Amino acid sequence: MRHRDEDSGVQTLMAARLKQPGFLRGGLGILIGIAFSALLTWVVRSSTGHSTFHHYLSSEAILTVSLIAAPLAFLVGLGGFDYWFYWAAGKKTRPEDHSSHGAYTWKDYFRINTDHKVIGIQYTVNSFFFLLVGGLIAMLMRAQLAQPGSHFVDANTFNGLFSVHASLLIFLFIIPVFAGLGNFVIPLMIGAPDMAFPRLNALSFWLLPIAGLMMLGSFFAPGGAFADGWTAYAPLSDTAPVGQTFFSMAVQFAGASSIMTALNFLVTIITMRAPGMSFFRMPLLVWANFATSLLVVIATPFIAASQFFILLDRGLHFNFFNAAKGGDVLMYQHVFWFYSHPAVYIMMLPGFGIISEVIAVKARKPIFGYRMMAFSLLAIVGLGFTVWAHHMFTSGMAAWIRIPMAITTAIIAVPTGIKIFSWLATLWRGVLHLDTPMLFALGFLTTFTLGGISGVMLAMIPFDIHVSATYFIVAHIHYVLFGGSLMTIFAGVYYWFPKMTGRMFDERLGKWHFWTTFVFFNLTFAPMHILGLEGMPRRVSTYASQFAGLNLFISLASFGLGISTLVFLYNMVTSWRGGPKSVSNPWRALTLEWQVSSPPPVFNFDRLPTVVGGPYEYGVPGAVHGIFAPTPAAAGSGVLREPSR
Amino acid sequence: MVAAACAAIAIAIGIVISYLIHWFPVQASTQAKNTDRLYHVLVIASIPIFVLVVSVILYSVWQFRMRPGEELKDGPPIHGNTRLEVFWTAIPTVLLLGLVGYSFVVLKENEQGRPAKEVQIQATGEQFAWSYTYPPSVTGGAPLKSDQLYVPLDQSVYFNIRAKDVIHAFWIPAFRLQEDAVPGITTHWRVTPTRLGTYPVVCNLLCGLGHSLMRSKVHVVTQQQFHSWVAGQMSASAGGAASSTGSSG
Repeated sequence: MRHRDEDSGVQTLMAARLKQPGFLRGGLGILIGIAFSALLTWVVRSSTGHSTFHHYLSSEAILTVSLIAAPLAFLVGLGGFDYWFYWAAGKKTRPEDHSSHGAYTWKDYFRINTDHKVIGIQYTVNSFFFLLVGGLIAMLMRAQLAQPGSHFVDANTFNGLFSVHASLLIFLFIIPVFAGLGNFVIPLMIGAPDMAFPRLNALSFWLLPIAGLMMLGSFFAPGGAFADGWTAYAPLSDTAPVGQTFFSMAVQFAGASSIMTALNFLVTIITMRAPGMSFFRMPLLVWANFATSLLVVIATPFIAASQFFILLDRGLHFNFFNAAKGGDVLMYQHVFWFYSHPAVYIMMLPGFGIISEVIAVKARKPIFGYRMMAFSLLAIVGLGFTVWAHHMFTSGMAAWIRIPMAITTAIIAVPTGIKIFSWLATLWRGVLHLDTPMLFALGFLTTFTLGGISGVMLAMIPFDIHVSATYFIVAHIHYVLFGGSLMTIFAGVYYWFPKMTGRMFDERLGKWHFWTTFVFFNLTFAPMHILGLEGMPRRVSTYASQFAGLNLFISLASFGLGISTLVFLYNMVTSWRGGPKSVSNPWRALTLEWQVSSPPPVFNFDRLPTVVGGPYEYGVPGAVHGIFAPTPAAAGSGVLREPSR
Repeated sequence: MVAAACAAIAIAIGIVISYLIHWFPVQASTQAKNTDRLYHVLVIASIPIFVLVVSVILYSVWQFRMRPGEELKDGPPIHGNTRLEVFWTAIPTVLLLGLVGYSFVVLKENEQGRPAKEVQIQATGEQFAWSYTYPPSVTGGAPLKSDQLYVPLDQSVYFNIRAKDVIHAFWIPAFRLQEDAVPGITTHWRVTPTRLGTYPVVCNLLCGLGHSLMRSKVHVVTQQQFHSWVAGQMSASAGGAASSTGSSG
């Protein structure tokens, strides 16, 4: 205090920076959050006659409360809530001056930014970071599994590795990367200047790195990372070390992010379509995100609930899942899967949308059976809520539930089949441009068909009873989520890379990436079907010696798969930095996002689009999807048509 | 025509290969036989669908790929075909309902009601081992506790499955049967072993640190051997041996 005068200059600067939204104020928020948590824990524990600072259990309590309070305080510090606080307090809100639109340096990606194009890139890059981490974890797992009885990692670490692997790739990669691509593309596709709720959009992004770091941070928790799978079945998760709490809370943040974005998509798609953009003129990616968002807003609260149950069981002994105290163990699984089965479609439908865009443009033909494509998405949304207990055929639930769930599970393959056949018919007699996005789309069609077929097999109860929770399931889920979702994500990233960055990727490296991914993917995951049928359980750090040969083969193939990702990474980084500049519409596509410059103007459309036809009218002479209002300068000089077909 | 012939040949080869691949562990129960039959039906139904999809892709890549000079060419503006769309909605629906119907037939075969004569055994999972209780109906005296699983050949065996701590899954791959062992409830499965031998018993639901090693054996023996093993265990425990475990393999 005595040095106040000397330090006042520095202090004023510091104080000013601490008042500004940003990472510094966010860091202060974390400290305040932790202090608050310690205080609250002390008050509650002492008032109920518990000691606070003498027992390790109390520090676990502080940690649990901190995991809720510190991230929220960080977001306040970062400025995620500033506008709403000013507004709620009756203070003068800053009028929207668009200062938070656009990104001019890399630093603009590290602050609250309300521009959907910036947020889309934030989402996508953040997701790919966690893809690399998740993939790296998979490499560690395969190193351990290369031979039986190896000691590359211990059992606890191994259980943590596969739990964090799945959680990161589901909650921090597949779900948000689709939201990221959608964030960038959908407002452009429907002719909107931004998403409906830009501030909510910014907040929804910043929840994600928090969730991801929390999951990764669990490795440093006492007792290690959460280690009972991404499914976190009770009662094992009730009694696990404190790392489990990191999972429970990370899911809350990732889930909140999902719900916010889904609401944003729904309102944007319903209310902000350009004149003339009727529902049946929307590109199928927009339909797909509409359908996905319906799933997200209805289903996600259920996983949030399931993890709150676990949290309450762990922290406050609610005994929801403690059978000895009247708890119901199977209830956890029902609530969990009521989200987590629809989540499979949350992780697939946006990919269907991407494939529809890519195949129509690259085959130079209209999508075959457009309306059935849209209706089949809605059919999947409806049926998606009626199949959850097929994850529980061997769980000990009432036997009769298996019968209707098996029927709906088989039937849900019908709308998916309609989509596959429609894509095939779209290829038929087209003019196929076999470049990287198209190769990934075609690769998706083959691998996803295999994932769909094994899915139908798993609907058959007697067969499922044998292979449930075996490596057959590991094979199936990877054929669906890697061979399915990730293939579509790669297709989409290559397809929109010129639009997002304004530069072209290296086509030759793209092809290398596709072929190495396709080959090593199949070599890695196809043999897992046989392992499961032969009797190898999943989630094991060692196995019977009879499985040694196939496991070594799988491990070697998986390292190849890991290396293939480096090709992708190198291509993306170098092309973004120094690739050749892209024209606005390199694929000669009709949808609106390609009718603006690459990258698009800060407010998307300098001239307002009016939609006059379907999105995929390839081969129809003179057809356009949208026309653009004359610029003020060119007003009166007639209709300007942007599409350069 | 050539392409269609190629596809037909690929389907035939696929089906032959599906029979040559050694998919499963040995069949050691009537249920295993039924389930394997179901699996083969599923594979045979799946191969034509997969070959169809791949054939159309390969044929399109071969015939319809862009050739030099076609950079600006578009395909014909075909928007759909209602008949075709009805066809590929209806046929898979019928096929899928047929398959799921057949799976119910197999399920019913596998889960037939209680026969007149049946051995009941209680299997209890705890971290990280299985233990078994043979009730008085089997031992003719006090219940017998053991960490060994012996079952008689060609006789229906009904397992009551319980868990002491967390969820486990009681899985015998050679029987193609499993069910979770759930704290607070008793679950079941019924099997008729049909092949003498020793097969793995595997915990198939993550139950903690020792899950990977929670494996043991089931011994399928003749009915006579089964009863003499039970009698031997009973006399061993009655004869003052504190534990009946680990005495025979």
